[in-house]
Amino acid sequence: MSSINLLIDIVLLTMLVFTTIAIVRSRSLFAIVMLSGIYSLLSANIFIILDAVDVAFTEAAVGAGISTVLMLATIGITGYEQKKRRTISWIAPMVVVVITGAVLVYGTLDMPAFTDPSAPIHQHVAPRYINDSPTEVGIPNMVTSVLASYRGYDTMGEVIVVFAAMIGVFSLIGIREKKSEPIHAEPPARPILQVMAKFMIPFIILFALYVQFHGDFGPGGGFQAGVIFSVAIILYTLTFSQQDAMKLVPPWVLKRLASIGVLIYGGTGVVSMLKGGNFLDYSVLAHDPIHGQHYGILIIEFGVGLTVACAMMLIFFAFISRGDKNP
Amino acid sequence: MISEHIPALQVVVPLLAAPICFMILNNRMAWLFATLVSWLSFAMAIMLVMEVKDGTVLRYEFGGWAPPWGIEYSVDILNAYVLLIVSGIAAVVFPYSWKSIQKEIPESHYRIYFTAMLLCLAGLLGMTITGDAFNLFVLLEISSLSSYTLISLGRDRRALTASFQYLIMGTIGATFILIGIGLLYALTGTLNMADLAVRIPPLEGSRTLEAAFAFLIVGFGLKLAMFPLHLWLPNAYAFAPSAVSAFIGSTATKVAIYALLRFLFTIFGTKFSFDYMQVHWLLMPLAVVSIMFASIVAVFQDGIKRLLAYSSVAQIGYMLLGISLVNVTGLTGTLLHLFNHALMKGGLFLTLGAVAYQIGNTRVKSVAGLGQAMPFTMGAFVVGALSLIGVPLTVGFISKWYLILATLEKGYWPLTVLILISSLIAVVYTWRIIETAYFQDRPADAPPVSEAPLSLLIPAWTLIAANLYFGINSSLSTELASSAATMLFGGNL
Amino acid sequence: MISLELYNYWVVIFLMMAGFYTLIVSNHLIKKIVGLNIFQTSVFMLYISMGKVAGGTAPIAAEGIETYSNPLPHVLILTAIVVGIATTSLALALVIRIKESYGTVQENEILELDHISDTGPQA
Repeated sequence: MSSINLLIDIVLLTMLVFTTIAIVRSRSLFAIVMLSGIYSLLSANIFIILDAVDVAFTEAAVGAGISTVLMLATIGITGYEQKKRRTISWIAPMVVVVITGAVLVYGTLDMPAFTDPSAPIHQHVAPRYINDSPTEVGIPNMVTSVLASYRGYDTMGEVIVVFAAMIGVFSLIGIREKKSEPIHAEPPARPILQVMAKFMIPFIILFALYVQFHGDFGPGGGFQAGVIFSVAIILYTLTFSQQDAMKLVPPWVLKRLASIGVLIYGGTGVVSMLKGGNFLDYSVLAHDPIHGQHYGILIIEFGVGLTVACAMMLIFFAFISRGDKNP
Repeated sequence: MISEHIPALQVVVPLLAAPICFMILNNRMAWLFATLVSWLSFAMAIMLVMEVKDGTVLRYEFGGWAPPWGIEYSVDILNAYVLLIVSGIAAVVFPYSWKSIQKEIPESHYRIYFTAMLLCLAGLLGMTITGDAFNLFVLLEISSLSSYTLISLGRDRRALTASFQYLIMGTIGATFILIGIGLLYALTGTLNMADLAVRIPPLEGSRTLEAAFAFLIVGFGLKLAMFPLHLWLPNAYAFAPSAVSAFIGSTATKVAIYALLRFLFTIFGTKFSFDYMQVHWLLMPLAVVSIMFASIVAVFQDGIKRLLAYSSVAQIGYMLLGISLVNVTGLTGTLLHLFNHALMKGGLFLTLGAVAYQIGNTRVKSVAGLGQAMPFTMGAFVVGALSLIGVPLTVGFISKWYLILATLEKGYWPLTVLILISSLIAVVYTWRIIETAYFQDRPADAPPVSEAPLSLLIPAWTLIAANLYFGINSSLSTELASSAATMLFGGNL
Repeated sequence: MISLELYNYWVVIFLMMAGFYTLIVSNHLIKKIVGLNIFQTSVFMLYISMGKVAGGTAPIAAEGIETYSNPLPHVLILTAIVVGIATTSLALALVIRIKESYGTVQENEILELDHISDTGPQA
């Protein structure tokens, strides 16, 4: 690691430590939630320093973005302040945490030094991804190759996890549709915000599409694109109204599309089975295995993007609609 | 051609069935579809057991990439046996669900229920069959997220807090597992289980390996409700809808125990786990305490479902005890108890679901007089209770017999006494219910009750009858369990 | 020298434990979830730290670059982040329902209310 990167790393880690201490000590929930967003953003910076650009991208979009929005929506319902507790029993938790931390530190004592290229983690499996994936799978972004092809089955599981969360949120808080007409007031209720949002939303969607289809070459892919796309709709919801947004992307459509996204992914696997390969073996999808890999990755990334975008929007709608009618 | 894909289809079919089920608009169709899928996966599990019974290991490479670069599924006797348990219970609980949820879940949530059940089934099957450590984490989370959803569907508001508590403890467990897997990966450069098993033995003495071991034990300990990490379990089982209690109560902890066995025996190897880390000296006292403590707490419960939940914590203690004896007989006892406990708890929870369907709750005092009013339901309960106690001719006897043999083989006679005493406590807590049902009259002001509908009784009696069948003709389960145990001590995947 | 070579891991472990502590000590359910997020994000940093190679760049093949950091931890953590947000959103939805049915999101108050239901006529 170059010395400038080392310096940035140390500065960022120090900031993370202070953010964490502030979170532990703070009583205001609003502050805690905002600090946790900052924590995610700082850790995204760490990921960049450590060369994990795809991860940084995702952490920034998810940790600092979606997760903060959902938390704010929740504290809007539950209230901002923590009550004081009569007796605070911190001793037992502290003991548990100290022991856990001590075991981990003990475990790191034998680990190869940070950034050591001869560490076993870089020896066995990873070199093939680095050396051969550009020719075997045919795309330059190794993270995308591993994610979508070598370990494509994990990624399918990841899409199902998003789907499962959507089912859960839907089961718990559902989406309350209002009977009243959409408030598309003339002149607009929040003119400056609404004009700005109308200006920005096409660019956000364009960026989402770029991230979706450029994931082979640069950082990004279906997951990040899906999140960014949903952010465009979230922005629209916040500046206009939920009714407007739900008219634009009706929940019943989103529900189906989220399911279809999973099926596009799984269907690619089934097709490759029917064509004589194993589940998710994209090489059999075309005459030339490299083309097959290309098609396969393009299709499954689309499935990922579809499910993630729809699930995120639905989850957001569910949270926001619950808040409006809170007794 | 299709047969070579069965290891993949075992999980992929229920996994992809979930979004399809969510799109079916008609509730009854969603139920029929989900039931069909559960039967299909049971059929596939039977086929897998047939194929690996002689010791063959089936492997399946996802994406056509050879392990350790790609993810593989690997089926041997041990996980085929667990697949059989999980999918077998599902094949009974899914048809049962339709009637049972009608009184417990709002109609708008039927599709969500079946979708989440399919996801949970697929996650549990996937955790069992996978040969890749990280893939196990992903599938664990699929099954966990769907179980949190299913538990929160319970009618009582305590279902919500139970689900939240399970979510917090379950996620701590999963994160510990993630840390453990990360450390193993840092040490070996691989995530494939078979590959890990080859690369770990030479590393004995590494502190990182010891830390990874500790995190994985605690992580799976949380998931399998090892005492004192069991706090999430009683309320989760008590307040979930009846069919969910039956399904999760008889499968989820079993799969976590399977995963623990896989890590202890296959990945770390007996030499490291037992000779070097001496983990049995940790498991044995915990097992003893959980058997005694949970059995005694069960005696004082007012709700039958919570009583059975505490009894489950005690039964998990038996399974850990079998592991901690470190001999083939003990491990056979553990594996038999996986199977047998699934049958008895599944049967008992399904019976209670029938009670809840007829009288609306499952408190001990509410079953007064049901012995006459609901003879078939309470009859099933009595047989299930006998099996839980471990009376001869039921499956409960078989697994306890193996555990007792194993303690005697080791010369640990106090443990033999412990098993006998805890069985007596089981007599006490089940007798309370049976006594109330048969020897107390139903209160005069209570509304009349009739027998539960057949669509609940048939599935419940299927599992209860299996308690008798495998108790009398135990050759199938004992053969599978003992060959799996022998294989684990042989150390090859 | 050892302390400097491993400093990254140790700071990350400190953060992880601070999150874990917040998770178990907090009385407020949302603060618990924030603690859980910090705990998990720090585990992600542990993984990514293990994947860093001195002198390496982001694992996107380009002309003239010899050393890349290890892509596999990145892939694993992408999946783990998604699992994290899925868990968070489910947990928050549960918190909303708990607030609606108990009127509070303070753990001690919920436990008291549960205790009343456990011992009351509805037990």
